[in-house]
This record gives sequence, C-alpha cells and structure tokens, in this order.
Amino acid sequence: MKVARAHPLWLAYLLHRLSGLGLALFLPLHFWVLSMAVTDAARLDAVLTLTELPLVKAAEFGLVFLLAVHLFGGLRLIALEWLPWSAPQKTWAAAAVAGSFLVSTTFLLQAI
Amino acid sequence: MPERDHLTVTVQRGGPDAPLRPQTFEVPAYDNQTVLDVVSWIQQNADPTLTYRFACRVGMCGSCAMMVNGVPRWTCRTHVSKVLDGNAIEVGPLRNLPVIKDLAADMDPFFDKWVAAEGMHHPTRTRDDAIEAIDPVAMERQEANAGIECINCSVCYSACDTVAGNPDYLGPAALQRAWTLYNDAKDADRDAILDAVSGKGGCHSCHSMGSCTAYCPNELDPLSAIAGLKRATAKRFFGGRK
Ligand code: HEM
Ligand code: SF4
Ligand code: SF4
Ligand code: FES
Repeated sequence: MKVARAHPLWLAYLLHRLSGLGLALFLPLHFWVLSMAVTDAARLDAVLTLTELPLVKAAEFGLVFLLAVHLFGGLRLIALEWLPWSAPQKTWAAAAVAGSFLVSTTFLLQAI
Repeated sequence: MPERDHLTVTVQRGGPDAPLRPQTFEVPAYDNQTVLDVVSWIQQNADPTLTYRFACRVGMCGSCAMMVNGVPRWTCRTHVSKVLDGNAIEVGPLRNLPVIKDLAADMDPFFDKWVAAEGMHHPTRTRDDAIEAIDPVAMERQEANAGIECINCSVCYSACDTVAGNPDYLGPAALQRAWTLYNDAKDADRDAILDAVSGKGGCHSCHSMGSCTAYCPNELDPLSAIAGLKRATAKRFFGGRK
C-alpha cells in the first residue's frame, strides 16, 4: 500500500534533508574552485567567467536558495526541539519574526 | 449520502504462512459506518477466514489500528465517509510491524520497546507509606498529563519513517511514555529513564518530522515529548540538573 505522509512537518523534513544533501554535494566543489585562488589564479579567473552563463547563474540562485531553506529549516528545528514553548507561543514568535523581517526588508529596500 | 449502495474495499491478505495479496470485496454502504464495521462485515458475511483484531469499539483499547488508504488509523473510530477515495478504501495491517495474518500486526516489537525505554514505574514508596500528594498545577505534572491518555495503539509507531529506517529506534509512543514518567513526581529513577533513551535508537534518532503527532488519534504530541527528552538528556550530559 502506498503510504500517505504529505503533512507540513514531513514536507519540511524532506526539504531539509534534500537541501542538506545538495549543500554537502556542492561544498567540496565550491572549496575546490576557491582553492584555485592560491594555486592557479588564472584558472580561477577562467572558471569565474563561467558564472556569466545563464545556466550557472540559475544554478547559483539554486544554491543560495538551498542554503536559505536549510538555514531557516535548521533554525526552525533548533527552536522546535530546544525551546520548551507551547504551540501558541511558537505561533506568536514566528509571527513576530515574520513581521520584523517584513518591516526591516521594507526599510532596506528603501535605503538602496 | 453515498452515491452508490456499495463500497469497493481492498484488503491485504496473507502473512508468514501465505503469500501477501490484495483481495477486493463489495460491501454495502450505510450512512454511518466505521472502517471496523466494514472489515467486520467482510468477515461475517463474505469470508470468515479474514483475520483482524479489535476489542472495545470505542477508542479505548488501542487494538484495532490498521493502515487505511495509506494512513495508520484507529478503525473503530474512523468513519468511512472521512476516508473514502472515490468509492473505495484500501485496508492493510499496520506498517513497521511484522504481520501475523491479514490485518493483524504483531505488536510485540512495539511493546518490547516500551519496556526498553524504561516505560515502567519506579516506585518512590512502599505500600506501607502514605500516598504521595500530587500538585495538579505543577509544570512537571502538566508535562506528564499531556501524555497519559496514550492507548498503545501503535498508530504513531506505524506513521514514523525513522522507525521504518532504523529497526533499533524506540519509536514515538515508548519515548513519550519515558518522558511522562520522567516528569512524574512518583517516579524514583529518572537516571534509568535517561540512560534508556539516550543510547543508540533513543530520542536523538528522531528527526522531528512529526508524523506521530499528525496521526495520533488521541491528539497526543509525541514529537514534543521527544524534544523534552532531547533537552533533558543533553542537560544531563553537560552536567546540568533539571
Ligand atoms: C547554515 C547553517 C546550518 C544550520 C542552522 C543547519 C542545521 C541543521 C540541523 C538542525 C540538522 C538536523 C536535522 C534533522 O535532525 O533531521 C541538519 C541536518 C543536515 N545538514 Fe545542516 N545546517 C546548516 C548548514 C549545513 C551545510 C552548509 C550543509 C552541507 C554540508 C548541511 C548539511 C546537512 C545534512 C546533509 C543534514 C542531514 C539531513 C537530515 O538528517 O535530514 N547543513 N542541519
Ligand atoms: S517526530 Fe520523531 S518519533 Fe515522531 S514521526 Fe518523526 S521521527 Fe518519528
Ligand atoms: S501516542 Fe497516540 S498514536 Fe501513539 S500509541 Fe499512544 S495513542 Fe496511539
Ligand atoms: S477497538 Fe478498541 S480502540 Fe478501536
């Protein structure tokens, strides 16, 4: 029998695992490219010109997205497991964070 | 209310002594009908060899849980109208447990882990002492109260993907029991509880995916109980006391 399990917390778990694995696969590549700065600067420049390609740009966007998803997902888990708060307290805390994020990014966008 | 006067019910048959295979029955549809009613109708009217388990029929005993359309549920209190997929239901034995036959799962591993998690009473007094007074509003008591309505149905155990992937994992119900006792003023051995839940397969194996809390029919919250054990074991590890 096919198991049905697509409730929000399970989807969050899946997203966290996939983004974590994605990051783990990407990081060695990332450090390898960075290491060229000391071993072979010309090659680094050559690799960096690749970042002009739309495909690479899209991939970079994906990575930043993965990191953001994993970072907020990880903070969510840490809060869930380490703060002995009640469900309404957590809802209020999340609402407060979302609200302040909205206000602060609005100011930031006006500043630039 | 039913569009047709029959339901199409697919039941998983077989076990260690016979191959697993689905078998489909046409069962009369009624306005008020639980999944357990449907399974009983098949056993009483279509095939007396169908094996399944129930006792109280009112959500007290925890013996009737099965997989219903991919979700573990207490069948005696699950209305067919709530779970119908078109006009069909698929019923199978609980996931993550060995099958005895047809719809009856072997609950032994579930109860063995209950004991392995020190889900047993460690008395503070003997029968000759006066009964200990309990403060009903104490924080600890409220934590303990949150988990005491567990009926040992194993729905959470079947819902948990960590159990599916790690045979040593004690599982949500046993860990929730451990947390309940840990917060019980009448329990004398908190260290034994923390020892039992901090090893391999203990509370730190839980990934907080919350299927236990999402599907517990009694609306209990093993996810939060396990988080409590994570904090208590970590505090003890770093030398803190509760
Ligand atoms: C940005 C800060 C980060 C935070 C706050 C964070 C947080 C966490 C947490 C709390 C878990 C446990 C999840 C669970 O119990 O299921 C986890 C799992 C994991 N993290 Fe991260 N992490 C971060 C960065 C990274 C990075 C850079 C990588 C890549 C190397 C990574 C790879 C993983 C992997 C593979 C898992 C296992 C996934 C799982 O168990 O489901 N994390 N992370
Ligand atoms: S929260 Fe923990 S115990 Fe509950 S389903 Fe997820 S892994 Fe299993
Ligand atoms: S915690 Fe809920 S789902 Fe799990 S055994 Fe107890 S009553 Fe059943
Ligand atoms: S038969 Fe007792 S809980 Fe369903």
